[in-house]
Amino acid sequence: MSRPEHLKPPEEFYDEAEAKKYAKSTRMQDVQVQLAERALELLALPPNTSKLIMDIGCGTGISGLVLQKAGHTWLGLDISEHMLITGKKSGEQEGDLMRHDMGTGLGFRSGIFDGVISISALQWLCNADSSAANPVTRINRFFNSLYACMVRGGRAVFQFYPENSQQIELLTSAALRSGFTGGLLVDYPNSTKAKKYFLVLFAGTLPGQHMPKALGAEQSSDTVSFVGQRDRMRKSKGKKSDRAPVKSKEWILNKKERQRKQGKETRPDSAYTGRKRRPKF
Amino acid sequence: MKLLTHNILQSNVKGVKNGYPLMLKATKITILDVPVNFEFIKNIMGRIDYQVLRAVAIALGYTELPAEIPGDADTNEDFMRKLHHALQNIEVEEGELQCKESGRVFPINNGIPNMLLHENEV
Repeated sequence: MSRPEHLKPPEEFYDEAEAKKYAKSTRMQDVQVQLAERALELLALPPNTSKLIMDIGCGTGISGLVLQKAGHTWLGLDISEHMLITGKKSGEQEGDLMRHDMGTGLGFRSGIFDGVISISALQWLCNADSSAANPVTRINRFFNSLYACMVRGGRAVFQFYPENSQQIELLTSAALRSGFTGGLLVDYPNSTKAKKYFLVLFAGTLPGQHMPKALGAEQSSDTVSFVGQRDRMRKSKGKKSDRAPVKSKEWILNKKERQRKQGKETRPDSAYTGRKRRPKF
Repeated sequence: MKLLTHNILQSNVKGVKNGYPLMLKATKITILDVPVNFEFIKNIMGRIDYQVLRAVAIALGYTELPAEIPGDADTNEDFMRKLHHALQNIEVEEGELQCKESGRVFPINNGIPNMLLHENEV
């Protein structure tokens, strides 16, 4: 698979020709619509409500149209001027568009957005396009500012194409450090072609909120099936720990010895140390 | 750019403590006809900075908004229509946003505000 983020920075890659592709190619549009519909589903907004949703990396606004059809109001951010202008010219979008670089942090008042979706944009953050840009600081800045502008209990769903597992780790840990909970969800994990990565984040959790289930995964993806076996293996080896059980006589003596070494006042050891008291009536 | 966007945008230039609200200068505006969505207006009402919205709407020639949010705003259709018009129908095509504290100007072209920062501003 070709990786456009290796070729050029996003504002140059998504030029006029690329924007036209998105406007004309029905295949590209279909893929975008499908991903946006799945992202919207993962947002799990209550039915028959109308929310304010931010679309990060909105491009020509294909994903925004999905939000619009579901009755929501949206605001689209993208770094490419050509994509935005092409979107604006099509005249179908009711959402507002603006030019923004997610790596420099989002400038919004706090507690504004009910939800956030982003289709195929997050992987761009992992690349440094200039000597001054450090991907790690850009990622941190992005998630910190995103957390601030979301409503408590709101969700952010990012569909993205990670290049390797380090990128997933980098993005997930940065998001969790910013205060989000949640994690990675992989649809169709057993298929190379249909496999899709979603980073599902909660800005503060509401009661009853839990990670959604991935599609096409027979086993739930958050459990590792070998753990039980590994535990059994360890036990069968018969390697016992050399620590004395807690509150046993040996344990108490060890502890007193340690405290004496630390210079603390400790009662002398005797035949009665660590013995059970007689029951009192 | 709609006034809804203006109402939530703030400047995040390095060192700026209070980048809100941005001063709006419009050289060309158009009035759109977005269908009213009462659900959305009810939802967003509590998060809007009403006085900022009203001041900007008046500056752009829309004077229908009352001085305060009426007490029965949730059921007052007439007020919600006005609020909707101010938030969603007034589109700034050309103009600029300016951060009061740093003086930084963000241009608006073709209805798209350019909020990109330079390397020394982050």
